Amino acid sequence: MSTTKFKKIGIGVAFSPNLKANIFEASRLALVMDSELVLVHVGEENEEKKATIDDHLASFSERKLKYSVLFLPGAPVDIILSAIKNYDIDLMILGALKRETFFKYYLGSIAREITRKADCSILLLINPSVDRVPCKHIVVNGLKDPKTKETINYAFYVGKKLNASRVTVVEEVGQDEFNIKVDDDKTLRQSTIIRERLMIRENMRVKKLLEEVPEEFSNGISVKSQPIFGKRGYSIGHYAQVVRADLLVMNAPIKTSFWDRLFPHDIEHILGELPTDVLIIR
Amino acid sequence: MRQKNSIATKIAAIPRNIFSGLVVSLIALPLSLGLAMACDAPPIAGVITSIVGGVIVAIFGGSYVTISGPGKGLVGVVLVAVSTLGLTTTYAAIICSGILLLILGFLRLGKLADYFPSSAIQGVLAAIGLIILGKQFHIMLGNKISRDNTIDYLIAIPKTIMKVFEYQDPGLINAAIAGVLSLIVMVFYSEIRNKYLQLIPAPMWIVICSVGFSYYCEFVLKISNPISEKYMIPNIPSLSEAVNDLPLPNFGSIYNIEFWGSVVALTLIASIESLLSIKAIDKLDPKKRRSNVNKDIKALGLATTISGLFGGLNVVTVIAPSSVNITNGGTNRLGNLFHALFLMIFILLFNSELTRIPLSALMAILVYTGYKLAAPEMIKRVFLIGKEQLIIFLSTLLVTLKIGLISGILAGLISTFIIHIIVNNSLGLFIKNIVKPNVLMYKEENGNYFISVKHFCSFLNFNKLKDKLSVIPEQNDVVIDFSMCGFVDHSVMENINDYQELFYKKGGNIEVIGMDLLGAKSGHPFALRKLLPISNLIKSGATKRQKDLEEVGLNFDLNFNSERLKKNGVLENFLFFKTKKIEYIYNRLSRGQNNLSVFDITFSEGEAIAKEVVRSTMLHINLSKEIPSFTLTKEGLLERFYALAGQKDISIPNQRDFSNRFYLSGEKKKEIQNFFDKKLVRFFESNSYYHVESNGSGLLIFNKERVASIKEIKQLLDFGMRLKTQILQK
Repeated sequence: MSTTKFKKIGIGVAFSPNLKANIFEASRLALVMDSELVLVHVGEENEEKKATIDDHLASFSERKLKYSVLFLPGAPVDIILSAIKNYDIDLMILGALKRETFFKYYLGSIAREITRKADCSILLLINPSVDRVPCKHIVVNGLKDPKTKETINYAFYVGKKLNASRVTVVEEVGQDEFNIKVDDDKTLRQSTIIRERLMIRENMRVKKLLEEVPEEFSNGISVKSQPIFGKRGYSIGHYAQVVRADLLVMNAPIKTSFWDRLFPHDIEHILGELPTDVLIIR
Repeated sequence: MRQKNSIATKIAAIPRNIFSGLVVSLIALPLSLGLAMACDAPPIAGVITSIVGGVIVAIFGGSYVTISGPGKGLVGVVLVAVSTLGLTTTYAAIICSGILLLILGFLRLGKLADYFPSSAIQGVLAAIGLIILGKQFHIMLGNKISRDNTIDYLIAIPKTIMKVFEYQDPGLINAAIAGVLSLIVMVFYSEIRNKYLQLIPAPMWIVICSVGFSYYCEFVLKISNPISEKYMIPNIPSLSEAVNDLPLPNFGSIYNIEFWGSVVALTLIASIESLLSIKAIDKLDPKKRRSNVNKDIKALGLATTISGLFGGLNVVTVIAPSSVNITNGGTNRLGNLFHALFLMIFILLFNSELTRIPLSALMAILVYTGYKLAAPEMIKRVFLIGKEQLIIFLSTLLVTLKIGLISGILAGLISTFIIHIIVNNSLGLFIKNIVKPNVLMYKEENGNYFISVKHFCSFLNFNKLKDKLSVIPEQNDVVIDFSMCGFVDHSVMENINDYQELFYKKGGNIEVIGMDLLGAKSGHPFALRKLLPISNLIKSGATKRQKDLEEVGLNFDLNFNSERLKKNGVLENFLFFKTKKIEYIYNRLSRGQNNLSVFDITFSEGEAIAKEVVRSTMLHINLSKEIPSFTLTKEGLLERFYALAGQKDISIPNQRDFSNRFYLSGEKKKEIQNFFDKKLVRFFESNSYYHVESNGSGLLIFNKERVASIKEIKQLLDFGMRLKTQILQK
């Protein structure tokens, strides 16, 4: 395992009111991760734009941030996707939109499409801020999936870098995992036993995964594993919201087709309703 | 060993169940006869329904103390079916609906009834009550009339009453007298508290008295029956006749849309009535068992099919006989079986005696039953829950009466949904979130179950919450958090209340939190709630939580004050609040001048876009002596809140376990180490975890980043008081 997991961090910049906050977040991250920052702007280059970006980055370049700014005109999704490929970006940062009321966040259509199609890791930010907001509690999925091991490692790695104090591994136990339906007292007893067993089994599995996390990432971080019951992929976001986590780390979805969007599952739910900052590991 | 025991108790329970079966058959006989006649079916059809239902459901059913037979809800549907399709085709429809019910049972759709809003169901039931009452009232008074629909029947009631005083025919006058007397018996029976009188249910008293009266006339007075022949129960066939005249169901209209309309209506009403009855009866079950609803639906479907083949009606779970079964000591399905067997014996032995019952007397029983379903108290109860519930109730009621049952149920569903949209002023809330799995459940470390509900919770998606609730063993403590939920409707509130009762009976507890931000539409505990605009937050009238807290206050000898306080003047001295802004504290339970107080608190950290608002419940204790300032938290928990920079974990000598489990910090290390002596360490180790902070003269105690439930508040108070004694003893 290399010491720098994300060599190049990319961010799409648009000249919106959030520009400064987005650049600040990305630059801070690139600094703590020892990565190079690639700023991609979809559009023609001009002096004014370049000056604005450089202006925002001034305080970071003092702190030895390596960065490059790309001006690429074209269709946003294609440009960003090809930039990811051509410039070997490991982590792409995308900003979320906020619904007017209720403090609900969701992902715009462009960001969504990039999230689905990109083959690098994605960080979705709900609340970019100029001042640093500490990241204390990270929630990571503990799905039974070959990718989970790496995802958990990443969660600890990021946690270490961001100085988080707590990581909670969440195993989602889907309703369909217990074949037994609760009809009366007898089936209730049976299902309770099965559920307890499932929880122990899941805990064991997660414990094994946790043992494999390199010591250098995990020391100093307190770990908890929490089985939850709900819809896979959706309820973990709900949980992150309930415990007010600062970052949710998830596996990349296996594949998303048209039907997945129509009948959303797994990650699609999260994209429609971001509970907190989300890091998708690919 | 256990097996043997259970067999022994089963055998011991047999005589009690035979007895309760007998008593049940006494009430079931007149009801079966009456309901069948109210449906325009031969009276024997009702008894066949009870017999088939009793036997089949006792063998295959999944509930324990319920009784099955012809339901009052079916009267409206069967009546329509008989008048439009004819009797033999109705039997075919009943058979089909039995099969449909069987399929529903296999598809585990017993929960279908969950999707109907409570007020709409009440409306349908009231409409059925009016259908029964409207038609039978006239027969009760000896004035058989025929009208097109129920509303016309109801309008004709005053006319019939006037007409009674103009009767010339003594047969009719006597029929009316028998009807009125029976009605009086039905109304006042429950007022008379006599052990022996109560042994026989009121309907059976009516039967016994009228049969006795008939014999008295015949053998003592030597006169023929004084009641007009038209108002006596028509001939009841003996068993051999019944078998010979077995009606052949007519499947000729099977391609007819009206036929299937009846089938669907029969199935819907049969399943709704059965499910409501099962739910109500489960609450009464002394052994607190949970009925297997789907198994019961399957059994009812099978029974209905067979009953239809033998010339009976739909078999449903009937509530009145079921409750009689329980009050008379019924403990298992034998009660149902024996009620069927006794009915069979009655029909075999007394079939000629039954024709001595005046029709008007029998119909008085139904008039009373119908009145009970549509009583003014019902409307009042619905109105108390909220004006909008009354609109739902009335629109369902009127459409059911005017058009039909399926339209009525649809009207109820639609009006409920429209009202929900109007109340929330948003259609998007429902459309966007309806398919989302909005319920999260997990087990907290202390073994409690925590359920959080997002977006909205109404009759449309209550099943998701129900699925989670139904897998929790009832002995557990459950917290349901609605703080992320913008809208909760009346059906959900009522259903949660049912679950609360169930859990309470079995030693568990369900606590609902996060409702403070949701404003109720009325003072009723089941009223629907929606997220209030901020300006309306300060509302008059106490919430349930406030009432509960007041009660806790009485128990713990504390004063309750629900007022919102902006400044407390004490809390700000705690390190915890150094980086936070206290928005306000409310729901305060206190003793003395800041001596001890428990309160809900809303505070925020960060500002502008990074601002997070947290609600929690905390306990503050004022100590009358100086102690060192410290913070004691669990390792790894809550420190996100803290500006603990520079403060290190202080370990207590020779208390490794304690030091590992807790994170103790403070500035004066020596004093703190002295303060945490053996006794205090043991106190913390042996009690459940709380976050404890001292500012030198006071203690701040809490453990969750959410509002505590009433039960948790009691535990918090208890913990705090014991800790205080412990510290003051030093």
